[in-house]
Amino acid sequence: MADINHHIPESLLQAYATGSLVHPFALVVAAHISLCTECRAGLEAHNAAGGAMLESLPDEPVSDDLKARILDQLDAPFKQKPVYERSGVYPGPVMEALKGAAPRWRRVGMGVRQSILSAGQYGSVRLLFIPPGQAVPDHSHNGLELTLVLQGSFSDETGRYGVGDLEVANQDLEHTPIADAGAPCICLAATDAPLRFKGLVPRILQPVFRI
Amino acid sequence: MSNQPTVQFSEQTTWMLAVRDNRDRAAFAALFDFFGPRLKGFAIRSGAKGGQVEDIVQDVMLTVWRKADQFDPQRAQVSAWIYQIARNRQIDVMRKENKPVPEELHYEVEDEPDAGQILAVEQEAEHLIKAISRLKPEQRAMIEQAYLGELSHQDIREQTGLPLGTIKSRIRLGLEKLRHELRGIR
Repeated sequence: MADINHHIPESLLQAYATGSLVHPFALVVAAHISLCTECRAGLEAHNAAGGAMLESLPDEPVSDDLKARILDQLDAPFKQKPVYERSGVYPGPVMEALKGAAPRWRRVGMGVRQSILSAGQYGSVRLLFIPPGQAVPDHSHNGLELTLVLQGSFSDETGRYGVGDLEVANQDLEHTPIADAGAPCICLAATDAPLRFKGLVPRILQPVFRI
Repeated sequence: MSNQPTVQFSEQTTWMLAVRDNRDRAAFAALFDFFGPRLKGFAIRSGAKGGQVEDIVQDVMLTVWRKADQFDPQRAQVSAWIYQIARNRQIDVMRKENKPVPEELHYEVEDEPDAGQILAVEQEAEHLIKAISRLKPEQRAMIEQAYLGELSHQDIREQTGLPLGTIKSRIRLGLEKLRHELRGIR
């Protein structure tokens, strides 16, 4: 397992554990935890807190027959949800978002490719493929952006990010991530707002590519 | 628990291990008696309405039975494991979306469990319950709102500030040990 230096901030981890994180961010958090023992332990700690709160709740009387109904179903057949295993550089939750298939890459210019996993009212999450030495177009953010490295690495004004590292960027950060030399950089990136690009051409393309 | 004659786990852990290892229905019924009414209160607080409430309780308890093999007392006390199942189920039912979850850690149930680690996790959970009971009412209300309250997309800058340091490092030790063992298997 890679050495991970950039982890999930505590507030995000708590929001994930308590179910208040929007779906695009929840996917990135789940993918990072799949790679990171430290953050998995943090998640379990929040679950421990949730469990302690649950135990401390007063009883709410249940229907007389609820227990019998549940016991009756213990042997009933049930539909098992498919479990998606890690495949190559893609952790299980990413494979689930891909429904088990390989990413369908679309070119977005300058050798950069993307594969949108989901886009909706709460933001979007995509895979990005960035050739070595290539910059992701300079952008700033309306909201929050999470970027998890799955292959290769990138560097920007805030440091170097390798496999498993998570960068958290908000609207105050103007940064230019550049893929390091070596293998192409593959990232899982989520945002809760459309990105704003500075250059004219990317701005025109933005609605087309939903980047 | 025949191979651990000198160690006494909590009732909940003992029930859950009996469900996991022996498919023990009486133990499952005991788990329901404790958690069923609490899960109902939890579902109501989360914003579930009408028939949804007991449907959620039923789904959660059936998941406890069906996925018992994923219960690992070396890294989570029973209530922590059930809390996670319940919150995820509430999200599925009320938001009509699947919460993305991390990969499961795969390990063999036959592995000799580390009784000391299990007891330590139980003990940390007890400390946490005591710490919560000592909180000032408004502090407690805030934490309760975050962990058990209505499902909403909260401002993620907010933090409730529970002291999770000790239990986190305790769990991390367990996970690292597990990871070490996994490396041996793979």
